[in-house]
Amino acid sequence: MTALLTIIIVLFVAVALWQMVKIFDLAQVGTTNSQIADDHDNKINGYLMIGFLIFIYVITILSFWYLGDLPLMSNAASEHGVEVDNLMIISMVVIFIVQTITQFLLHYFAYKYKGEKGRKALFYADNNTLEFIWTVIPVIVLAGLIIYGLFTWNDIMNIDEDEDPMVIELYAQQFNWKARYSGADNVLGKANVRLIDLDRANILGVDEDDPNAQDDVIVTELHLPVGKPVVFKMRSQDVLHSAYMPHFRAQMNCVPGMVTQFGFTPTITTADMRQNPDMVEKVKDINALRLERKAEIEESGQELVYEFDYLLLCNKICGTSHYNMQMKIIVETQEEFDAWMKEQTTFPNSLN
Amino acid sequence: MSATIDTHGHDDHDVHHHKETFVTKYIFSIDHKMIAKQYLITGTIMGVIGVLMSIMFRMQIAWPEQPNVLFEALLGKWAPDGVMDADIYLALVTIHGTIMVFFVLTAGLSGTFSNLLIPLQIGARDMASGFLNMVSYWLFFISCVIMISSLFVEAGPAAAGWTIYPPLSALPMASGGSGLGMTLWLVSMAIFIASSLLGSLNYIVTVINLRTKGMSMTRLPLTIWAFFVTAVIGVVSFPVLLSAALLLIMDRSFGTSFFLSDIFIQGEVLHYQGGSPVLFEHLFWFLGHPEVYIVILPAMGLVSEIMASNSRKPIFGYRAMIASILAIAFLSTIVWGHHMFISGMNPFLGSVFTFTTLLIAIPSAVKAFNWITTIWKGNLQMNPAMLFSIGFVSTFITGGLTGIILGDSALDINVHDTYFVIAHFHLVMGISALYGMFAGIYHWYPKMFGRMLNKNLGYLHFWITAICAYGVFFPMHFIGMAGLPRRYYTNSNFPLFDDLANANVIITIFAIIGGLAQIIYLYNFFASMFFGKKAEQNPWRSTTLEWTTPVKHIHGNWPGAIPHVYRWSYDYSKPGHDVDFVPQNVPLMEGEEELQH
Repeated sequence: MTALLTIIIVLFVAVALWQMVKIFDLAQVGTTNSQIADDHDNKINGYLMIGFLIFIYVITILSFWYLGDLPLMSNAASEHGVEVDNLMIISMVVIFIVQTITQFLLHYFAYKYKGEKGRKALFYADNNTLEFIWTVIPVIVLAGLIIYGLFTWNDIMNIDEDEDPMVIELYAQQFNWKARYSGADNVLGKANVRLIDLDRANILGVDEDDPNAQDDVIVTELHLPVGKPVVFKMRSQDVLHSAYMPHFRAQMNCVPGMVTQFGFTPTITTADMRQNPDMVEKVKDINALRLERKAEIEESGQELVYEFDYLLLCNKICGTSHYNMQMKIIVETQEEFDAWMKEQTTFPNSLN
Repeated sequence: MSATIDTHGHDDHDVHHHKETFVTKYIFSIDHKMIAKQYLITGTIMGVIGVLMSIMFRMQIAWPEQPNVLFEALLGKWAPDGVMDADIYLALVTIHGTIMVFFVLTAGLSGTFSNLLIPLQIGARDMASGFLNMVSYWLFFISCVIMISSLFVEAGPAAAGWTIYPPLSALPMASGGSGLGMTLWLVSMAIFIASSLLGSLNYIVTVINLRTKGMSMTRLPLTIWAFFVTAVIGVVSFPVLLSAALLLIMDRSFGTSFFLSDIFIQGEVLHYQGGSPVLFEHLFWFLGHPEVYIVILPAMGLVSEIMASNSRKPIFGYRAMIASILAIAFLSTIVWGHHMFISGMNPFLGSVFTFTTLLIAIPSAVKAFNWITTIWKGNLQMNPAMLFSIGFVSTFITGGLTGIILGDSALDINVHDTYFVIAHFHLVMGISALYGMFAGIYHWYPKMFGRMLNKNLGYLHFWITAICAYGVFFPMHFIGMAGLPRRYYTNSNFPLFDDLANANVIITIFAIIGGLAQIIYLYNFFASMFFGKKAEQNPWRSTTLEWTTPVKHIHGNWPGAIPHVYRWSYDYSKPGHDVDFVPQNVPLMEGEEELQH
């Protein structure tokens, strides 16, 4: 690999140098050595502008073709996620239309009006009607997007306490995640990093004397019952982290010294998501690719066959192993969740 | 040339009678033209370093944890057996961002063209204070040296991202680069800010006070408007970053708790209490967002000027262009929170910042449409500068449009800090500003060095760069929309993203070719300085005053009196004139009406 890469680079450098010298020489001996574009240059570059327009369209189509399944823009696994995806799709359509038209105008004009000796450009300095039109149209479009966006945003960020969401703490540290369930009382026991006692395995600094802490449960794999609203209270013990749960369209920074929060309702169980045709196809593709890198993957100790799981990723630069700070999320039925929860150790019992 | 130099009204500047030594001419020069060249060359060197870094970390992303001769050769102990270390990956990302944003696109771009063009285009002998101008450059130079020296620190350079959010940047135990490396980063930036402020004050004073007779604010070329407003934004926002840097230094070295609270790291509780990292984010982005406009506005000014000149047409909507520059400048100071939607700040603030942020799209759209209308029915001279200007508008539109998604708080939740963001800001401010800078260099090279750049090399440079820029950043949007976070040393721990690996390889190949294409430019730049064709006085047949100065640089710019100005700077192809451009210093003909006054 390295050798190949080196050869490619050396080759490119050589070609580049050779090209440069040659072109430079050619340019020096020519009769029209003014270094100012003449009609010939205008013509060639005018055509190239059309070529470039086509290139932009082609790269757009190719990107959609190969990368356009956008697993994180469809099949949202949370209630608000559907709304987010709708807004995203509307915005993308607007962008796509504007991009296609403006790039066409720009490059087509560059081709159409390429310079010719003797032609005079149109002296056209101002037109208030035009300025008005392209001020008002963006205003209207943006007003629509802003209103839709703000409603969605308020919907997501204002957590409805009447729904009695399940309170879970997400706890970040370099470089792993923990989750603390609030137990039957649905209230988290008080906690502060100053109470951390590693000898007693009180790793989250939970107040042992707080009655609310007695039924708390600390885990390293997040389980969520489907259809039940949850609100995550987030803490970090060292640096900024960001709890990113892309499938649920959820993200919030974890900030040392304060508690941040984000709430959502998961709507699709892990098992159902694995059956989703889009996901089945995606997983199939991934596994085909992984088979090609079999030796490498097995050497790294990973399992060769990938199976879909929801993930919590760290998405704020947090140090050396930032790239490997993750926690599995499992969405399951209430019964499965209750069964799992029964097996967990409560906080007082987890202490040494 | 029809440029008639007004001979009455001498004002006797004696600056050009001083005897010059090598040191006063080339090193401690107080001549704005020389200082501009110093900025350009220093910026170019920093740019080469920044781009090289990006190619290295792109290689790591494409071929994760593979041995690489380039790493072995350049990274030394940070690449044992040629495999890049995870810490140095983060450091490369950090320093790449810092260098490109501040040292290349702020100092290299503004420093070069504000210095070169402000006195020449407004008709002044030099900057208001040549001495401050010199100090400004040398402070910049010192900050460059410190930043580069931080690369050689034992525990590594700053590695907390270019935004250096504490606590990561504040605690050496959180990241190796947060020790001496971060100290040097902060000192370098503090000096850089001082340099930038001296420069900006100088630009503001010069534009306000030293315009030649007849050069009213509404006759100024758009370049000057852009530089002027940029300087104002800089003066408003850079001091806030300085304060953030100073407070961070206090937290790091003197035990204060401005940004830190309740931290448990490596088995011990630290004493910090009551501070908030979110405060730092506010202070940082109060500069950080206007900084984006500090980078892009000068490029917009250069592009407006070059497009008009090469289209042989007035810029369309001169007043709307000024209004939109002012609107962008104003809005730029009240949108910083859109970097912080999910920082933990009050969601209501998120709503406010969404609103103000999306408003910025309006003046931006006006500008884009005005540029497109400027080339409509023009007589386009496809000089390399013109190509880069058209390229600028193209990338500005492509990159700017996705701002509609990122500025919308509800959507930002899911694409925040993914490659979608990388694609967005690289196109809209990175590549665009770089294109603006290249356009400026190709256009004003004859003014700077008295020789022409080779146009064929220029074409080659543009087309390869243009294709690679899209090749690199366009697919990145899609990788981001698939949820891939930025600043990951490798994605191999997430099988979820395995199907993006091939796209990452393609992106890296485009990046390598695009990087190599810059060699063409560097060769052209340095070779033409000595072997390029000698320039005529006004090679592009432009209307602005800088082309009325002699090709050979003199102190004081004009050998005789400073020309007076009788018209705006966009009289291209004006009906009633034989030539397709009328320089600003040509008096109105009898019965001729000035369009703009």
